[in-house]
Amino acid sequence: MTVVAPEAETGRPTGASPGPARPPRRRSRLAPLVLAAPFALLLIGTVLVPIAYALYLSLFTERLSGLGFDGPHDVFVWLGNYADVLGDPAFRESVGNVAVYALVHVPLMLGAALALALLLDGATVRLRQVWTLAVFLPYAVPGVIAGLIWAYLYSPSIGPLNDALPWDPLGSDGALPSIVNMATWQWTGYNMIIFYTALRTVPREVLEASTVDGAGPIRTALAVKVPMIRPTLFVALVFTVIGSLQLFTEPLVLRSFSSSVTSTWTPSLYVYEAAFISNDYGRAAAASLLLALASALLSALVMRLSTRRSR
Amino acid sequence: MNPSRRTSRWTSRGAVHALLLIAALYSVLPLVWLFSSSTKNVGDFSTTSAFELGDVNLIGNLRDLFAEEDGVFLLWVRNSLLYAGLGAVLGALICAACGYAIAKLDFPGRRALFAVTLTGVLVPTTALALPLYLMASELRVVDTFWAVFIPLLTNPFGVYLARAYAEAAVPDEVLEASRMDGAGELRTFFTIALPMMRPGVVTVLLFQFVGIWNNFFLPLVMLTDPDLFPMTLGLFQWSSRVGQFPQYNPLVITGSLLAVVPLVIAFVVLQRQWRSGLATGSVK
Repeated sequence: MTVVAPEAETGRPTGASPGPARPPRRRSRLAPLVLAAPFALLLIGTVLVPIAYALYLSLFTERLSGLGFDGPHDVFVWLGNYADVLGDPAFRESVGNVAVYALVHVPLMLGAALALALLLDGATVRLRQVWTLAVFLPYAVPGVIAGLIWAYLYSPSIGPLNDALPWDPLGSDGALPSIVNMATWQWTGYNMIIFYTALRTVPREVLEASTVDGAGPIRTALAVKVPMIRPTLFVALVFTVIGSLQLFTEPLVLRSFSSSVTSTWTPSLYVYEAAFISNDYGRAAAASLLLALASALLSALVMRLSTRRSR
Repeated sequence: MNPSRRTSRWTSRGAVHALLLIAALYSVLPLVWLFSSSTKNVGDFSTTSAFELGDVNLIGNLRDLFAEEDGVFLLWVRNSLLYAGLGAVLGALICAACGYAIAKLDFPGRRALFAVTLTGVLVPTTALALPLYLMASELRVVDTFWAVFIPLLTNPFGVYLARAYAEAAVPDEVLEASRMDGAGELRTFFTIALPMMRPGVVTVLLFQFVGIWNNFFLPLVMLTDPDLFPMTLGLFQWSSRVGQFPQYNPLVITGSLLAVVPLVIAFVVLQRQWRSGLATGSVK
């Protein structure tokens, strides 16, 4: 029979409805809320409210009234800030830069991560732990530090790359590949480990069946293993696309070493410039929200593609 | 088996290892460069070649690093440890509690909370930093410890993972038995469920530690007082001066080494934990 707990044990969390004969189910009403509340409050206070506040601010701009003797005051401008941002050639250029960056970085990094994961998953590899750990280590390096290390490696007379490469990694044509390399260096290992752990869950019987059918290791990898970890690949794709849109740290660090990275080189840099150098909070808020909206739409698109493909 | 097939297998095995070796060198050599450069003094830094060791001057560089601007670097180390250490412990606990509640308990708004959490995973942190700054300046908490600490506790992906761990690792029968024994829900969580979720929670903790330790945009936006800077922001500020003042080079490089070493050690030591944690998380 149901053992009714002593009140001292059960009553404390809820503090409600005293009496020893209380059915056990009722006592659990408040406890789940207590467990979920800290995160729920954080989510509201640090994600939802700031977004709503930025949305509100993005509809205003600071103007001088009359002859300007009263100082600046906020004017409601409807979507004027959004129009300003979208019409600003600097913003459009930053979107273009990030688009080219993402088109190079995303397939390069995820392709390398997948290829390495498939190599590691092959039967003949030795020292698996050593390889995975070595390739993973850059993930532990803060983005700023990774940026600094590579910036030094690119620098003339300090790093070896400036002499070794046929182009100038800090020059105007070199900035993009230099930044792609920084990000690829940091993220390949992390994604490789994610893919590798997913590959380990592919049932061995399926692979044996494929081998019995006469498929070689490369064929097995591409025709059997890759389709089976497709959900993992799409999740990684979503995160990489979102991360690419946010590109900020690497170009900012490179700015101290190279004049070819402008102060509005990516949308995130544009936001930073608008807020802290131009002190135009309305425009900065509008650009921030456009960035958030673009990543939401892109990730929804990728997710949509993933469900359609697997059907 | 015919000999030609065997040789091709041998060569492919060699090719596989060669590719892995190239990937490993690409990943590790920049870190080797960081180490070898942090042993050089200002003169050797630009005169010796990249991987060549000059007069070993690591101790001298460290002494300079901690003496610069009245030892502000030590404050940065302390701040990074506080932001990341406290933040990761508290954040992982909050994630575990919420993930467990979503997976195993019933409460009003459970589905809505999970839906908003999933959306939260997709909101880019850089897009959030400016709204956070605007709100913090409205609340007059800009340039305080809390302005950086509290937003970084929010880890929707950690909740998502914790929910997957709770579902995989905590059987309903065990919870039912604990309730039968008269333990309250909170007690059941802390004494029964949390220990069962441990590998997952350690993974969330480690990755949140890395996330906060490596975070840069939020402190950059929120802080102007150098005494509150984490290492990443402080080193960035020094690095922006190297163009004019090359004497900052060894400070930036030696400081970078110190910012990297703890995490590298943590990942090597806790390998088994995070590997198994990632495995559980990636299946779901």
